[in-house]
Amino acid sequence: MNEQAPIVSPQGELFTSPDVEEARSFFMQKPRTMTNKLMSVSEAVGRFIHDGDYIASGGFGGVRIASAVLHEMVRQRKKNLGLSGHTATHDFQILAAGRCFNRCDVAYIVGLELRGLSPNARRYVESGAVKMTEWSNGTLAWRYKAAAMGVPFLPASVLLGTDTIKYSAAKTVECPFTGRTLLAVPALFPDVGIIHVHRADIYGNCQIDGISIADYDVGRCSKRVIISTEHLVDTDEIRKEPIKTLLPFWLADAVCHVPYGSYPGNMPYEYFSDEDHLAEWMEAEKDPGIFEKFIDKYIYGVKDFSEYLELKGGEARIAELREIEPLRRGDYRAAIKAGGSK
Amino acid sequence: MKPNNTRYNLMELMVCVAARQLEDGKTAVIGTGMPLSAAMLAQKTAAPGLVILFEAGGVAPILQRLPISVADSNTQTGGLLHTSMDIIFEACQRGTVDYTFLGGAQIDMYGNINSSMIGTDYDHPKVRLPGSGGANDLASLCWKTLIITPHDKRRFIKKLDFLTSPGYLTGPGARERAGLPAGGGPYKVISTLALMGYDPETKRMRVESLHPGVTKEVVIENTGFEMLFVDSLPETPEPTDHELKILREEVDPLGLVIGKSGQ
Repeated sequence: MNEQAPIVSPQGELFTSPDVEEARSFFMQKPRTMTNKLMSVSEAVGRFIHDGDYIASGGFGGVRIASAVLHEMVRQRKKNLGLSGHTATHDFQILAAGRCFNRCDVAYIVGLELRGLSPNARRYVESGAVKMTEWSNGTLAWRYKAAAMGVPFLPASVLLGTDTIKYSAAKTVECPFTGRTLLAVPALFPDVGIIHVHRADIYGNCQIDGISIADYDVGRCSKRVIISTEHLVDTDEIRKEPIKTLLPFWLADAVCHVPYGSYPGNMPYEYFSDEDHLAEWMEAEKDPGIFEKFIDKYIYGVKDFSEYLELKGGEARIAELREIEPLRRGDYRAAIKAGGSK
Repeated sequence: MKPNNTRYNLMELMVCVAARQLEDGKTAVIGTGMPLSAAMLAQKTAAPGLVILFEAGGVAPILQRLPISVADSNTQTGGLLHTSMDIIFEACQRGTVDYTFLGGAQIDMYGNINSSMIGTDYDHPKVRLPGSGGANDLASLCWKTLIITPHDKRRFIKKLDFLTSPGYLTGPGARERAGLPAGGGPYKVISTLALMGYDPETKRMRVESLHPGVTKEVVIENTGFEMLFVDSLPETPEPTDHELKILREEVDPLGLVIGKSGQ
């Protein structure tokens, strides 16, 4: 069909090994016992995230992100991390503020969707401090999936013919059945996956409500998994609706109970994003001096995430964000009744 | 370049024209901002049966408010399915998604898009932009790609600083030769000046209608490549009062998109 497809030799660096044997050996020794993994965010970050590790941040940039864990990574001054930039928006902004990473697989970075580009994240990557390899949201999702499947690559029909493939670390392969040229996306096994969920028990069984983005696979491809949760529940709660379970306990290494742990991000069904505070970040970032003080105040200068929440108005502010959360308001139900959409 | 009236601004014009390009009873994966405003307007006017999917996993929501993110709660209200990103892109890859609607910093005459960087040296960009996000996947896999962007020489450019997402690449047959699925590709471009499609033979961008008050010369002056024009060039129908009312009152009452300048 496409005999003339060029052989592509991408020039991007592959930051992680797609070697399945190595990953299998690691997963073989990972404990399967149902033990209590409840710990503070500070302990989880201290024990499971090491300088130089490669990190996958769950959620979608400003939606269901593990903000408390990200702040703690900055506070503990984690350095030289690798980062999967799979729609990394506010999470990217936080880790860029701490200058925590020096290499990044890029699908979507620096921007915050409709909110514009982050001045500090731009300065950080434009300074040359971060080695970058280009991908797309689809290829990064499939890289997680390949790893979760335990295969070294998955074929796909994207990136072909563009500069994105040129600066990626993908390869092209010929389909053994049809002769077509396909993209081979290499499995991505992060050292640590961090995922914020709606409810978890102390063992790491956890559930989310709403879209799961790439977290089903992030939880399976990551060697170590830190779960932060809005609600800490009994295992019986999980068993009531197992269709909602994202991960069973043996995939998790740490469970941290952090109510409002996605703030200022949006936690579907719980609270909406704090757009005022996100705008405050963007504004502060315009001036490096002001931004330094801003980060001192909100991250380095506080003991933990709950102190940061207090600075931002605590329960009262959260109550307002709960009030405007669309999936709590339920006014879309009126639209359904009115036959507002097919 | 200002429309010759006070009834609507350029953003409103673009969004209304864009909304009319989406057919009822089809599927579409939509990006945030102007594309989403257009899709929401389409759903509330001529295309009530348009199924909107979001790359983060929201499928067929009852859209009440303009989402800020393609993952936020507003993409999930009343949805038929809450799923994941792999599932959405796989739906595109097996040919079940008709449209995708994207933005971009630069576009060339074959409809290729740059959303990665401005500058000539990848290692030292003048401006680092977000990158592909889902745009490369969507432009590679959906049947028809629509682009909405303000019209000027910096955006409609002869050579992209970085080819992030594929249009027709270098011309007829180039997508297929690169290994992309056959039959997909750019469909329409909606700008502040005109509605454009593509010449079926050369796959080059071609003006199909000029917005009210815009001349051929103005388009030529504001385009960095040689633009083609259809032979008898109609005027783009203006936004109707009904479209403007729905857009302002229901789609974007906070002016997140239509409140911007359009330049």
